[in-house]
Amino acid sequence: MQDSTAQSTSPGRPKRVLAVASGGGHWVQLMRLRPVFDAHSTFYVTTMPGLAVMAGVPSSAVVRDASRRHPFSVLMLVFQLLVLFVRVRPEVVVSTGAAPGLVAMFIGCCLRCRTVWIDSIANAEELSMSGRVAGRVANLWLTQWPHLARDEGPFFRGSVL
Amino acid sequence: MILVTVGTQMPFDRLVGAMDRWAACHPEVKVVAQTGGGTCRPEALEAFDFLAPDRLDRLQHEAELIVSHAGMGTILSVGMLGKPLVIMPRSFARGEHRNDHQAATARRFEGRPGIHVAREEEDLHALLDRRRDLAASSGLSPHASPDLLAALGEFISGG
Repeated sequence: MQDSTAQSTSPGRPKRVLAVASGGGHWVQLMRLRPVFDAHSTFYVTTMPGLAVMAGVPSSAVVRDASRRHPFSVLMLVFQLLVLFVRVRPEVVVSTGAAPGLVAMFIGCCLRCRTVWIDSIANAEELSMSGRVAGRVANLWLTQWPHLARDEGPFFRGSVL
Repeated sequence: MILVTVGTQMPFDRLVGAMDRWAACHPEVKVVAQTGGGTCRPEALEAFDFLAPDRLDRLQHEAELIVSHAGMGTILSVGMLGKPLVIMPRSFARGEHRNDHQAATARRFEGRPGIHVAREEEDLHALLDRRRDLAASSGLSPHASPDLLAALGEFISGG
């Protein structure tokens, strides 16, 4: 028997997704996942103006890039992302890296979003620093190289190639 | 036209300098470079510190050959264009990146169709001298592998 909430909780319903990637290679990899994002209501976040417009994605925002060496940049980024979380109310957060994606994963984790980290294919011999930390908060924690997969994660489920 | 790009994060003077020296000996070839700033002031290249994404994309379409650092953004973008790509990995030992992942990338992608690796200036010049014979990539699909798309799609839909 179906109740009135069945539609809003059914697995087939499009989800609100926040897809986060720094400019450059991380963004190019995120764009290769478009067929999945297009089936949902996806809001894109990157660090470089012009990328989202060029890709023709429907909704997007640019946030400040951050690094551990500049604590103020991290603070600014957290603030910008929090505003976006309030606006978008994502159910799922997906990132291909790097630092801004990791911060989004942590915020998403605190707000009980489901989170996916896909470590960059550039990390062919060891996981990135962000990728290792992301393992603590990602519900789905992936590497793109089979030889880097472990039983306890990260897992290998294919690559952007 | 040959396009040189070093990515968005930091300069790569060794690659820009090597391209400048080659271009100086080949004035008949137009070489456009996105240099990321840096201290190297190229004289024979049409150089820009930074190029907006749409401009870089147009230049990639126009170029007959692309020369870049071993960054995945360029490897994937050029792979879709079906053009030859020469990559010079940034070396951690020479202070060209925060770690040596580009050397790993170069090892993993060396020998794939259309990807030619130059670790030193001499290798780069040798490849440029026979640029008309360099194989092009066979044209990469615009999307990730079906298994990755399926895994991500199932996870997002499944909650």
